[in-house]
Amino acid sequence: MDNDQLIEQARLLRMHTIKAIYNATSGHPGGCMSIADILAVLYFDEMTLDPAEPSGRERDRFVLSKGHACPALYVALAMRGFFPMEDAYSLRKLNGYLEGHPDVRIPGVDAVSGSLGMGLSQGIGMALGARHQGLNYRSYVLVGDGDLQEGNTWEGMMLAPFQKLDNIVVIYDANKLQGDAPVSEQLDMGDVSERARAFGWNVIDIDGHDIASIKEALTQARNTKGQPTFIHADTIKGKGVSFMENVLYWHGSVAIKDEELAGAMSELGA
Amino acid sequence: MAEELEYWAKGEDVSLRDAFGRVLLHAGAMRDDWVLLDADVAGGTGAKPFTQDMPERVMQFGIAEQNMMAAASGVADSGLIPVVSTFAAFGTMRAHEQFRTAVCYGQRNVKLCCSHHGLDVGPDGATAQALEDLATMRAIPDVTVISPADANEFMAAFHAVLDHIGPVYMRIGRSATPVLYDGPTSFTIGKADRLREGDDVTIIATGVMVARSLQAAETLKAEGINARVVNMATIKPLDNAEVIAAARETGAIVTAEDHSIIGGLGGAVAECLAAHQPALVEFVGIKDEFGKSGEHDELPALFGIDAAGVVAACKRAIARK
Repeated sequence: MDNDQLIEQARLLRMHTIKAIYNATSGHPGGCMSIADILAVLYFDEMTLDPAEPSGRERDRFVLSKGHACPALYVALAMRGFFPMEDAYSLRKLNGYLEGHPDVRIPGVDAVSGSLGMGLSQGIGMALGARHQGLNYRSYVLVGDGDLQEGNTWEGMMLAPFQKLDNIVVIYDANKLQGDAPVSEQLDMGDVSERARAFGWNVIDIDGHDIASIKEALTQARNTKGQPTFIHADTIKGKGVSFMENVLYWHGSVAIKDEELAGAMSELGA
Repeated sequence: MAEELEYWAKGEDVSLRDAFGRVLLHAGAMRDDWVLLDADVAGGTGAKPFTQDMPERVMQFGIAEQNMMAAASGVADSGLIPVVSTFAAFGTMRAHEQFRTAVCYGQRNVKLCCSHHGLDVGPDGATAQALEDLATMRAIPDVTVISPADANEFMAAFHAVLDHIGPVYMRIGRSATPVLYDGPTSFTIGKADRLREGDDVTIIATGVMVARSLQAAETLKAEGINARVVNMATIKPLDNAEVIAAARETGAIVTAEDHSIIGGLGGAVAECLAAHQPALVEFVGIKDEFGKSGEHDELPALFGIDAAGVVAACKRAIARK
């Protein structure tokens, strides 16, 4: 898909996500908006997927380690045809099947998450399993700031380079705000790219909202052999809805009010 | 081609760790749909013969059990069956959330096989003596929990576990334990095995306590007490019918496990009886305390989980009738 088309997919993804969270009356809009461009590239350009066979053995795998951003994932899956968009609008409801955090019972969801820090390891297992069986699929893991504060993640950060896993890519959504406060106040992680490099990763720093850069980084990752790739995506929490951008409140879990929905829709061109 | 599985002779003393090593090699030769995940303790769990002979079937994680457990979920997603092996304190406690959420909630076909549980650990002491593993594993939905009584039963159970679809937690005993079953041994998940008939009291035992319970039944017989002995190798799903029958037919139950008396086999049996057939129960196990260093054959007497402890519990149970 060309860049303009991907930009349009990202816009639609943001729009549907805000509507879904509005319907749910709770959710985490800020961290959904920060990953919308990344998801658009992954789901409409990078990954090999077949909505008719959501558990296909050779499909590419995606792990949303920052599981609280699942409204955006559900919307991406709906846009790709894994289930109707109206289902994505029923998330977090008793009569729906779209859980408040990712659940493998949902078509297209490859891993459970929501307890931070477990996603990278699951992606590593998928990558190890592919290598063991000579399968060519790739494993994509999207982590957030909170994931990198969990020790489990760093166990995985050690293993993947040691095992020379080149079929796994980590994309770090560095949106700089966490649940209660800015990352810099809770547990500043310093130069994450330098740390990842020290652990042995092929590190690529990008603007996480620039479609061309995201595509280029994923291509570089694909061409890097014998080493896993860590894409440090500099992002803005709430990106695309001006009143949500860089505002801690919109980490969530929050209900979106009618007038806020109207404002967001108008900004997103709905 | 797979060779015939070689069983030990009844009456020999064999560590279940040796059975783990032997059955891994056997299952490794028989089928290539599974891999072993290890966290630098193959020498301790008994997996060493397999890691040496079939290194291409081993995924090594170093001492990082959380990563290993969550990765097992991903390995299962790839279509392989991960057999995750470490010490019980690390596999069931350090990596408990990864097992609960990434594996069990994730509907992954992962087999967690842990050694070093109970006082059976011996000199390593309380840190390594997992006394809570049956309780914590049992509380997780959809998981099967198995604690074999001897080396032959362990090997049969392991094959049944590989055939079973779904997450399983399996205990691997450490110390040399009497072989109770003739080979070839069969194993059905969820089916208790009545090893001795009796109508005065029923001892429901698991793991290393099965042999001690048989010993206890012999002692009781000399005193004119007929104790039924049931090997409850599957803690979950529990064989409710066997438990209910024991309560109806003998009127007194003693549970025996190398585990805390809270939440393990005793808890499972008590839950079953409370719901279906109220009966008096005496619990043989570790009484809400930590273990300590000592030899595996010294500690049971100190903590009251030797054959004498079972005998005493049976007498208490009968006296309460």
